[in-house]
Amino acid sequence: MKRARILFNEETLNVTINNEGKVVTEKGTVLEEGSFTWLPPCEGKAFVLAINYADHAAELSFKAPDEPLVFLKSSNTLIGHNQKTYQPDNIDFMHYECELVVVIGKEAKNVALEDAMDYVGGYTVGNDYAIRDYLENYYRPNLRVKSRDTCTPIGPYIIDAAEIPDPHNLAIRTYINGELKQEGSTKDLIFNVPYLVSYLSNIMTLTPGDMIFTGTPEGLAHVYPGDEVIVEVEGVGRLKNTIISETDYLNSL
Amino acid sequence: MLHYKTRKNDQVINLQAKAPFEVALEGGLLPAVNGAVIGVALNDKILYQSLEKQFNEKPHISPPKTPVLHIKTDNTHIGYGDAIRIPSDMGAVFAGPSLGIVIGKKACRVTEETALDYVQGYTIVNEVSLAETSFYRPAVKAKCRDTFCPIGPWVMDATDLDSPQNLAIKTYINDTLCHETSSNQMIHSIEQVIAYISSFITLEVGDMIIAGTPLRTESLEINTGDVVMVEIEKIGRLVNPVVAE
Repeated sequence: MKRARILFNEETLNVTINNEGKVVTEKGTVLEEGSFTWLPPCEGKAFVLAINYADHAAELSFKAPDEPLVFLKSSNTLIGHNQKTYQPDNIDFMHYECELVVVIGKEAKNVALEDAMDYVGGYTVGNDYAIRDYLENYYRPNLRVKSRDTCTPIGPYIIDAAEIPDPHNLAIRTYINGELKQEGSTKDLIFNVPYLVSYLSNIMTLTPGDMIFTGTPEGLAHVYPGDEVIVEVEGVGRLKNTIISETDYLNSL
Repeated sequence: MLHYKTRKNDQVINLQAKAPFEVALEGGLLPAVNGAVIGVALNDKILYQSLEKQFNEKPHISPPKTPVLHIKTDNTHIGYGDAIRIPSDMGAVFAGPSLGIVIGKKACRVTEETALDYVQGYTIVNEVSLAETSFYRPAVKAKCRDTFCPIGPWVMDATDLDSPQNLAIKTYINDTLCHETSSNQMIHSIEQVIAYISSFITLEVGDMIIAGTPLRTESLEINTGDVVMVEIEKIGRLVNPVVAE
Protein backbone atom coordinates (compact mmCIF):
# COMPACT_ATOMS: atom_id res chain seq x y z
CA MET A 1 0.00 0.00 0.00
CA LYS A 2 1.17 3.54 -0.80
CA ARG A 3 -0.31 6.32 1.28
CA ALA A 4 -0.08 10.07 0.75
CA ARG A 5 -1.57 13.35 1.90
CA ILE A 6 -2.80 15.97 -0.52
CA LEU A 7 -4.49 19.34 -0.53
CA PHE A 8 -7.60 19.17 -2.67
CA ASN A 9 -10.16 21.99 -2.78
CA GLU A 10 -8.44 23.51 0.27
CA GLU A 11 -8.98 20.32 2.25
CA THR A 12 -6.27 17.95 3.49
CA LEU A 13 -7.05 14.41 2.36
CA ASN A 14 -5.48 11.05 3.15
CA VAL A 15 -5.22 9.16 -0.12
CA THR A 16 -3.73 6.00 -1.59
CA ILE A 17 -1.83 5.47 -4.83
CA ASN A 18 -3.16 2.80 -7.20
CA ASN A 19 -1.20 0.47 -9.50
CA GLU A 20 -1.21 3.07 -12.28
CA GLY A 21 0.38 5.61 -9.92
CA LYS A 22 -2.84 7.61 -9.67
CA VAL A 23 -4.11 9.22 -6.49
CA VAL A 24 -7.33 7.69 -5.13
CA THR A 25 -9.41 9.37 -2.42
CA GLU A 26 -11.00 7.51 0.49
CA LYS A 27 -14.29 7.67 -1.45
CA GLY A 28 -12.65 5.94 -4.44
CA THR A 29 -12.37 8.98 -6.73
CA VAL A 30 -9.28 8.96 -8.98
CA LEU A 31 -7.66 12.41 -9.17
CA GLU A 32 -5.61 13.71 -12.09
CA GLU A 33 -2.10 15.07 -11.41
CA GLY A 34 -2.30 18.84 -11.34
CA SER A 35 -5.75 18.95 -9.74
CA PHE A 36 -4.29 18.76 -6.23
CA THR A 37 -1.17 19.68 -4.25
CA TRP A 38 1.06 17.02 -2.73
CA LEU A 39 1.72 17.47 0.99
CA PRO A 40 4.43 15.81 3.09
CA PRO A 41 3.07 12.27 3.62
CA CYS A 42 3.58 12.31 7.39
CA GLU A 43 3.57 14.60 10.38
CA GLY A 44 5.92 14.06 13.29
CA LYS A 45 9.41 14.61 14.53
CA ALA A 46 11.98 14.78 11.73
CA PHE A 47 15.37 13.29 12.61
CA VAL A 48 18.25 13.61 10.23
CA LEU A 49 21.47 11.64 10.14
CA ALA A 50 24.59 13.60 9.37
CA ILE A 51 27.43 11.69 7.75
CA ASN A 52 25.85 8.25 7.71
CA TYR A 53 27.66 7.04 4.59
CA ALA A 54 31.42 6.51 4.83
CA ASP A 55 32.02 7.86 1.31
CA HIS A 56 30.07 11.05 2.11
CA ALA A 57 32.14 11.48 5.28
CA ALA A 58 35.29 11.27 3.16
CA GLU A 59 33.83 13.76 0.66
CA LEU A 60 33.33 16.27 3.48
CA SER A 61 36.71 15.42 5.05
CA PHE A 62 35.15 14.00 8.19
CA LYS A 63 35.99 10.87 10.07
CA ALA A 64 33.00 8.54 10.23
CA PRO A 65 31.23 9.00 13.59
CA ASP A 66 31.22 6.25 16.23
CA GLU A 67 27.71 7.19 17.38
CA PRO A 68 24.84 8.36 15.15
CA LEU A 69 25.12 12.09 14.56
CA VAL A 70 21.46 13.06 14.72
CA PHE A 71 19.90 16.47 14.39
CA LEU A 72 16.32 17.68 14.08
CA LYS A 73 14.32 19.70 11.62
CA SER A 74 11.23 21.72 12.44
CA SER A 75 8.06 21.18 10.42
CA ASN A 76 8.28 24.50 8.53
CA THR A 77 10.94 23.03 6.28
CA LEU A 78 8.91 20.08 4.97
CA ILE A 79 7.17 20.34 1.60
CA GLY A 80 5.55 17.73 -0.65
CA HIS A 81 6.24 16.32 -4.12
CA ASN A 82 6.33 18.70 -7.12
CA GLN A 83 6.81 21.77 -4.92
CA LYS A 84 9.36 24.57 -5.03
CA THR A 85 12.40 25.16 -2.84
CA TYR A 86 13.86 28.63 -2.76
CA GLN A 87 17.53 29.41 -2.91
CA PRO A 88 18.60 32.36 -0.74
CA ASP A 89 20.25 35.22 -2.61
CA ASN A 90 24.01 35.57 -2.50
CA ILE A 91 24.97 32.01 -1.62
CA ASP A 92 27.28 29.66 -3.53
CA PHE A 93 26.81 26.22 -2.01
CA MET A 94 23.31 24.76 -2.09
CA HIS A 95 23.40 20.98 -2.24
CA TYR A 96 20.63 18.37 -2.54
CA GLU A 97 20.86 15.20 -0.48
CA CYS A 98 18.84 12.18 -1.59
CA GLU A 99 17.82 10.06 1.39
CA LEU A 100 15.78 7.01 2.34
CA VAL A 101 13.32 8.15 5.03
CA VAL A 102 12.07 5.66 7.61
CA VAL A 103 8.55 6.35 8.92
CA ILE A 104 7.68 5.10 12.39
CA GLY A 105 4.50 2.99 12.49
CA LYS A 106 3.83 2.54 16.19
CA GLU A 107 4.92 4.04 19.49
CA ALA A 108 8.48 3.00 20.26
CA LYS A 109 10.31 3.41 23.57
CA ASN A 110 13.44 1.51 24.61
CA VAL A 111 13.15 -0.87 21.67
CA ALA A 112 15.75 -3.64 21.38
CA LEU A 113 17.78 -3.91 18.19
CA GLU A 114 16.22 -7.25 17.24
CA ASP A 115 12.66 -5.88 17.59
CA ALA A 116 13.30 -2.51 15.93
CA MET A 117 12.00 -3.35 12.45
CA ASP A 118 8.55 -4.09 13.95
CA TYR A 119 8.24 -0.35 14.62
CA VAL A 120 8.89 0.73 11.03
CA GLY A 121 5.59 1.56 9.34
CA GLY A 122 7.00 2.37 5.94
CA TYR A 123 9.45 4.33 3.85
CA THR A 124 9.50 7.45 1.75
CA VAL A 125 12.03 9.63 -0.06
CA GLY A 126 13.54 12.84 1.26
CA ASN A 127 15.67 15.59 -0.18
CA ASP A 128 17.61 17.23 2.63
CA TYR A 129 18.87 20.43 0.98
CA ALA A 130 21.73 22.16 2.76
CA ILE A 131 22.93 25.73 2.31
CA ARG A 132 26.56 25.07 3.13
CA ASP A 133 27.48 28.75 3.05
CA TYR A 134 25.73 28.99 6.43
CA LEU A 135 27.41 25.96 7.94
CA GLU A 136 29.44 26.79 10.99
CA ASN A 137 30.81 23.29 11.33
CA TYR A 138 31.59 23.45 14.97
CA TYR A 139 28.30 24.95 16.12
CA ARG A 140 25.97 22.05 15.36
CA PRO A 141 24.21 21.56 12.03
CA ASN A 142 22.51 24.90 12.44
CA LEU A 143 18.84 25.29 11.57
CA ARG A 144 19.77 28.05 9.12
CA VAL A 145 21.54 25.40 7.03
CA LYS A 146 19.00 22.61 7.33
CA SER A 147 15.63 23.69 8.63
CA ARG A 148 14.75 26.54 6.32
CA ASP A 149 11.27 27.07 4.89
CA THR A 150 10.78 24.85 1.76
CA CYS A 151 14.19 23.17 2.12
CA THR A 152 13.09 19.59 2.76
CA PRO A 153 10.92 17.98 0.08
CA ILE A 154 9.55 14.61 1.22
CA GLY A 155 7.30 12.04 -0.46
CA PRO A 156 5.47 11.58 -2.73
CA TYR A 157 4.00 8.80 -0.57
CA ILE A 158 4.79 6.28 2.16
CA ILE A 159 5.18 2.73 0.96
CA ASP A 160 4.37 0.07 3.58
CA ALA A 161 7.39 -1.55 5.19
CA ALA A 162 6.11 -4.99 4.13
CA GLU A 163 6.71 -4.05 0.50
CA ILE A 164 10.41 -3.32 1.08
CA PRO A 165 11.82 -6.61 2.36
CA ASP A 166 15.40 -5.30 2.49
CA PRO A 167 15.83 -1.55 3.06
CA HIS A 168 19.61 -2.06 3.06
CA ASN A 169 20.04 -2.78 -0.62
CA LEU A 170 18.31 0.07 -2.43
CA ALA A 171 19.87 2.25 -5.10
CA ILE A 172 19.83 5.99 -4.37
CA ARG A 173 19.96 8.44 -7.27
CA THR A 174 19.70 12.16 -7.86
CA TYR A 175 19.08 13.75 -11.25
CA ILE A 176 19.43 17.44 -12.03
CA ASN A 177 17.55 18.42 -15.18
CA GLY A 178 17.51 14.76 -16.18
CA GLU A 179 21.24 14.19 -15.68
CA LEU A 180 22.34 11.58 -13.12
CA LYS A 181 24.47 13.37 -10.49
CA GLN A 182 24.46 11.15 -7.42
CA GLU A 183 24.38 7.38 -7.15
CA GLY A 184 24.82 5.18 -4.11
CA SER A 185 23.19 2.36 -2.22
CA THR A 186 21.64 2.01 1.22
CA LYS A 187 23.90 -1.02 1.71
CA ASP A 188 26.60 1.54 2.60
CA LEU A 189 24.73 3.03 5.57
CA ILE A 190 27.05 3.27 8.59
CA PHE A 191 24.16 2.97 11.06
CA ASN A 192 21.35 0.88 9.56
CA VAL A 193 17.59 1.17 9.97
CA PRO A 194 17.09 -1.06 13.05
CA TYR A 195 20.08 0.52 14.76
CA LEU A 196 18.68 4.02 14.27
CA VAL A 197 15.17 3.10 15.44
CA SER A 198 16.55 1.37 18.54
CA TYR A 199 19.06 4.17 19.25
CA LEU A 200 16.50 6.97 19.05
CA SER A 201 13.86 5.02 21.00
CA ASN A 202 16.34 4.68 23.83
CA ILE A 203 16.61 8.47 24.00
CA MET A 204 12.92 9.31 23.68
CA THR A 205 9.49 7.98 22.76
CA LEU A 206 8.97 7.74 19.01
CA THR A 207 5.40 8.07 17.73
CA PRO A 208 3.68 7.11 14.47
CA GLY A 209 4.59 9.54 11.70
CA ASP A 210 8.04 10.34 13.06
CA MET A 211 10.61 10.39 10.26
CA ILE A 212 14.23 9.34 10.19
CA PHE A 213 16.21 10.75 7.25
CA THR A 214 19.00 8.20 7.02
CA GLY A 215 21.71 10.31 5.37
CA THR A 216 23.12 10.67 1.88
CA PRO A 217 25.95 9.02 -0.07
CA GLU A 218 28.62 10.94 -1.97
CA GLY A 219 27.84 12.88 -5.12
CA LEU A 220 27.11 16.42 -4.05
CA ALA A 221 26.61 19.08 -6.70
CA HIS A 222 25.37 22.64 -6.72
CA VAL A 223 21.84 23.54 -7.74
CA TYR A 224 20.57 26.83 -9.14
CA PRO A 225 17.20 28.52 -9.66
CA GLY A 226 15.38 26.85 -12.54
CA ASP A 227 16.86 23.42 -11.87
CA GLU A 228 14.55 20.45 -11.67
CA VAL A 229 15.82 17.99 -9.08
CA ILE A 230 14.63 14.39 -8.83
CA VAL A 231 15.69 12.22 -5.91
CA GLU A 232 14.92 8.54 -6.18
CA VAL A 233 15.18 5.54 -3.88
CA GLU A 234 14.83 2.23 -5.72
CA GLY A 235 11.45 0.64 -5.05
CA VAL A 236 10.38 3.45 -2.73
CA GLY A 237 9.69 6.38 -5.02
CA ARG A 238 10.76 9.39 -7.07
CA LEU A 239 10.42 12.85 -5.59
CA LYS A 240 10.55 15.86 -7.90
CA ASN A 241 11.17 19.46 -6.91
CA THR A 242 12.20 22.73 -8.53
CA ILE A 243 14.61 25.41 -7.33
CA ILE A 244 13.41 29.02 -7.50
CA SER A 245 15.06 32.31 -6.60
CA GLU A 246 14.41 34.05 -3.31
CA THR A 247 12.74 36.91 -5.18
CA ASP A 248 10.32 34.57 -6.93
CA TYR A 249 9.61 32.88 -3.63
CA LEU A 250 8.85 36.14 -1.84
CA ASN A 251 6.61 37.23 -4.70
CA SER A 252 4.70 33.95 -4.39
CA LEU A 253 3.81 34.51 -0.72
CA MET B 1 -4.72 37.94 30.87
CA LEU B 2 -3.33 34.47 31.57
CA HIS B 3 -3.99 31.69 29.05
CA TYR B 4 -3.72 28.08 30.14
CA LYS B 5 -4.76 24.64 28.95
CA THR B 6 -6.31 21.65 30.62
CA ARG B 7 -7.91 18.43 29.45
CA LYS B 8 -11.44 17.15 29.95
CA ASN B 9 -12.73 13.90 28.43
CA ASP B 10 -9.69 13.80 26.13
CA GLN B 11 -10.45 17.26 24.79
CA VAL B 12 -7.96 20.11 25.20
CA ILE B 13 -9.70 23.07 26.78
CA ASN B 14 -8.27 26.59 26.49
CA LEU B 15 -9.00 28.74 29.52
CA GLN B 16 -8.26 32.28 30.64
CA ALA B 17 -7.81 33.94 33.99
CA LYS B 18 -7.26 37.52 35.04
CA ALA B 19 -5.13 36.68 38.05
CA PRO B 20 -2.92 33.75 39.09
CA PHE B 21 -5.08 32.82 42.09
CA GLU B 22 -8.00 32.12 39.76
CA VAL B 23 -6.16 29.10 38.36
CA ALA B 24 -6.19 25.81 40.28
CA LEU B 25 -2.59 24.70 40.26
CA GLU B 26 -3.02 21.27 41.82
CA GLY B 27 -2.27 19.60 38.51
CA GLY B 28 -3.90 18.67 35.25
CA LEU B 29 -2.47 21.65 33.41
CA LEU B 30 -1.11 20.96 29.94
CA PRO B 31 1.96 22.65 28.46
CA ALA B 32 0.92 26.28 27.99
CA VAL B 33 1.71 26.16 24.26
CA ASN B 34 1.36 23.43 21.64
CA GLY B 35 3.47 24.54 18.68
CA ALA B 36 7.10 24.10 17.76
CA VAL B 37 9.59 24.97 20.50
CA ILE B 38 12.93 26.41 19.40
CA GLY B 39 15.73 27.11 21.84
CA VAL B 40 18.43 29.74 21.42
CA ALA B 41 21.66 28.16 22.67
CA LEU B 42 24.59 30.21 23.99
CA ASN B 43 22.33 33.24 24.50
CA ASP B 44 23.31 33.95 28.09
CA LYS B 45 26.16 36.35 28.86
CA ILE B 46 27.75 34.34 31.67
CA LEU B 47 27.45 31.06 29.77
CA TYR B 48 28.95 32.69 26.70
CA GLN B 49 31.82 34.23 28.65
CA SER B 50 32.60 30.84 30.19
CA LEU B 51 33.14 29.42 26.69
CA GLU B 52 34.87 32.37 25.08
CA LYS B 53 38.33 30.85 25.38
CA GLN B 54 37.11 27.56 23.83
CA PHE B 55 35.45 29.41 20.96
CA ASN B 56 38.78 30.84 19.90
CA GLU B 57 40.61 27.51 20.03
CA LYS B 58 40.38 24.47 17.76
CA PRO B 59 38.07 23.04 16.55
CA HIS B 60 35.89 26.16 16.76
CA ILE B 61 38.55 28.77 15.87
CA SER B 62 36.00 31.58 16.02
CA PRO B 63 32.87 32.31 18.08
CA PRO B 64 29.50 31.52 16.47
CA LYS B 65 28.53 34.11 13.87
CA THR B 66 24.78 33.74 14.32
CA PRO B 67 22.47 32.57 17.13
CA VAL B 68 22.73 28.80 17.55
CA LEU B 69 19.31 27.16 17.60
CA HIS B 70 18.00 23.81 18.75
CA ILE B 71 14.62 22.09 18.89
CA LYS B 72 12.77 20.72 21.91
CA THR B 73 10.56 18.04 20.36
CA ASP B 74 6.97 17.63 21.54
CA ASN B 75 7.73 14.50 23.59
CA THR B 76 9.67 16.81 25.93
CA HIS B 77 6.77 19.19 26.61
CA ILE B 78 4.93 18.79 29.91
CA GLY B 79 2.71 21.06 31.98
CA TYR B 80 2.77 22.53 35.47
CA GLY B 81 2.96 19.81 38.13
CA ASP B 82 3.87 16.97 35.78
CA ALA B 83 6.94 14.91 36.67
CA ILE B 84 10.30 15.40 35.01
CA ARG B 85 11.58 11.85 34.48
CA ILE B 86 15.34 11.56 34.61
CA PRO B 87 17.56 8.63 33.62
CA SER B 88 19.76 7.11 36.31
CA ASP B 89 22.73 6.23 34.14
CA MET B 90 23.39 9.32 32.04
CA GLY B 91 25.16 11.57 34.51
CA ALA B 92 23.98 14.84 36.00
CA VAL B 93 20.72 16.47 34.91
CA PHE B 94 20.25 20.22 35.08
CA ALA B 95 17.31 22.59 35.22
CA GLY B 96 17.34 25.30 32.53
CA PRO B 97 15.30 28.31 33.64
CA SER B 98 14.26 30.59 30.81
CA LEU B 99 11.71 33.05 29.59
CA GLY B 100 9.47 31.55 26.88
CA ILE B 101 8.43 33.86 24.02
CA VAL B 102 5.08 32.80 22.55
CA ILE B 103 4.22 33.72 18.97
CA GLY B 104 0.78 35.29 18.43
CA LYS B 105 0.65 35.66 14.65
CA LYS B 106 2.38 34.08 11.70
CA ALA B 107 5.86 35.59 11.48
CA CYS B 108 7.82 35.36 8.23
CA ARG B 109 10.77 37.70 7.71
CA VAL B 110 9.84 40.23 10.32
CA THR B 111 12.15 43.12 11.18
CA GLU B 112 13.52 43.84 14.64
CA GLU B 113 11.42 47.00 14.69
CA THR B 114 8.16 45.09 14.28
CA ALA B 115 9.17 41.83 16.01
CA LEU B 116 7.28 42.46 19.25
CA ASP B 117 4.02 42.82 17.30
CA TYR B 118 4.25 39.07 16.67
CA VAL B 119 4.47 38.12 20.33
CA GLN B 120 1.29 36.95 22.03
CA GLY B 121 2.92 36.76 25.43
CA TYR B 122 5.41 35.14 27.71
CA THR B 123 5.62 31.98 29.75
CA ILE B 124 8.09 30.09 31.93
CA VAL B 125 10.23 27.26 30.61
CA ASN B 126 12.42 24.74 32.33
CA GLU B 127 14.72 23.58 29.54
CA VAL B 128 16.03 20.46 31.27
CA SER B 129 19.24 18.95 29.89
CA LEU B 130 21.88 16.38 30.55
CA ALA B 131 25.38 17.77 30.83
CA GLU B 132 26.62 18.63 27.35
CA THR B 133 30.15 17.55 26.69
CA SER B 134 30.31 19.42 23.42
CA PHE B 135 28.72 22.60 22.17
CA TYR B 136 29.41 21.67 18.58
CA ARG B 137 27.36 18.50 18.38
CA PRO B 138 23.59 18.21 18.03
CA ALA B 139 21.89 18.31 21.39
CA VAL B 140 19.26 15.61 20.78
CA LYS B 141 20.52 13.10 23.31
CA ALA B 142 20.96 15.68 26.06
CA LYS B 143 17.85 17.76 25.46
CA CYS B 144 15.11 15.76 23.75
CA ARG B 145 14.35 13.15 26.38
CA ASP B 146 10.68 12.67 27.32
CA THR B 147 9.47 15.29 29.87
CA PHE B 148 12.59 17.46 29.54
CA CYS B 149 10.68 20.67 28.82
CA PRO B 150 8.09 21.84 31.35
CA ILE B 151 6.20 24.89 30.00
CA GLY B 152 3.70 26.99 31.90
CA PRO B 153 1.65 27.34 33.96
CA TRP B 154 0.21 29.89 31.55
CA VAL B 155 1.00 32.44 28.87
CA MET B 156 0.78 36.01 30.11
CA ASP B 157 -0.31 38.53 27.47
CA ALA B 158 2.54 40.74 26.30
CA THR B 159 0.38 43.80 26.97
CA ASP B 160 0.46 42.94 30.69
CA LEU B 161 4.25 43.21 30.86
CA ASP B 162 6.08 46.51 30.62
CA SER B 163 9.54 45.14 30.09
CA PRO B 164 10.06 41.45 29.30
CA GLN B 165 13.76 42.12 28.89
CA ASN B 166 14.34 42.92 32.57
CA LEU B 167 12.67 40.23 34.69
CA ALA B 168 14.26 38.37 37.60
CA ILE B 169 14.42 34.59 37.03
CA LYS B 170 14.83 32.45 40.15
CA THR B 171 15.19 28.70 40.47
CA TYR B 172 14.24 26.92 43.67
CA ILE B 173 14.99 23.28 44.39
CA ASN B 174 12.97 21.94 47.33
CA ASP B 175 12.03 25.49 48.28
CA THR B 176 15.66 26.62 48.49
CA LEU B 177 16.69 29.43 46.19
CA CYS B 178 19.53 27.90 44.17
CA HIS B 179 20.02 30.18 41.22
CA GLU B 180 19.23 33.73 40.16
CA THR B 181 19.46 35.35 36.78
CA SER B 182 17.52 37.86 34.72
CA SER B 183 16.07 38.15 31.24
CA ASN B 184 18.50 41.08 30.82
CA GLN B 185 21.30 38.51 30.41
CA MET B 186 20.35 37.71 26.82
CA ILE B 187 23.07 38.32 24.24
CA HIS B 188 20.57 38.55 21.38
CA SER B 189 17.44 40.46 22.45
CA ILE B 190 13.88 39.19 22.03
CA GLU B 191 13.49 41.37 18.92
CA GLN B 192 16.77 40.15 17.42
CA VAL B 193 15.94 36.51 18.06
CA ILE B 194 12.49 36.73 16.44
CA ALA B 195 13.85 38.63 13.44
CA TYR B 196 16.70 36.14 12.98
CA ILE B 197 14.59 32.98 13.27
CA SER B 198 11.81 34.33 11.08
CA SER B 199 14.33 35.12 8.33
CA PHE B 200 14.28 31.42 7.42
CA ILE B 201 11.68 29.71 9.62
CA THR B 202 8.07 30.83 9.36
CA LEU B 203 6.88 30.93 12.96
CA GLU B 204 3.25 29.94 13.48
CA VAL B 205 0.75 30.95 16.15
CA GLY B 206 1.53 28.98 19.32
CA ASP B 207 5.18 28.38 18.50
CA MET B 208 7.55 29.26 21.31
CA ILE B 209 11.15 30.41 21.55
CA ILE B 210 13.22 29.57 24.61
CA ALA B 211 15.06 32.86 25.06
CA GLY B 212 18.22 31.46 26.63
CA THR B 213 19.32 29.26 29.49
CA PRO B 214 22.16 30.03 31.93
CA LEU B 215 25.39 28.17 32.54
CA ARG B 216 24.48 24.82 34.13
CA THR B 217 26.51 24.60 37.28
CA GLU B 218 25.94 22.35 40.29
CA SER B 219 23.43 24.85 41.64
CA LEU B 220 20.99 23.83 38.89
CA GLU B 221 21.48 20.06 39.22
CA ILE B 222 18.24 18.17 39.87
CA ASN B 223 17.82 14.68 41.28
CA THR B 224 15.09 12.13 41.82
CA GLY B 225 12.82 13.23 44.67
CA ASP B 226 13.41 16.95 44.15
CA VAL B 227 10.77 19.52 43.40
CA VAL B 228 12.04 22.21 41.06
CA MET B 229 10.42 25.61 40.71
CA VAL B 230 11.29 28.31 38.21
CA GLU B 231 9.92 31.73 39.06
CA ILE B 232 9.89 34.64 36.67
CA GLU B 233 9.08 38.02 38.12
CA LYS B 234 5.53 39.18 37.28
CA ILE B 235 4.79 36.01 35.23
CA GLY B 236 4.52 33.30 37.88
CA ARG B 237 5.98 30.01 39.03
CA LEU B 238 6.45 26.72 37.20
CA VAL B 239 6.67 23.76 39.58
CA ASN B 240 7.58 20.17 38.65
CA PRO B 241 8.59 17.14 40.73
CA VAL B 242 11.55 15.05 39.61
CA VAL B 243 11.25 11.26 39.44
CA ALA B 244 13.34 8.40 38.10
CA GLU B 245 12.65 7.44 34.49
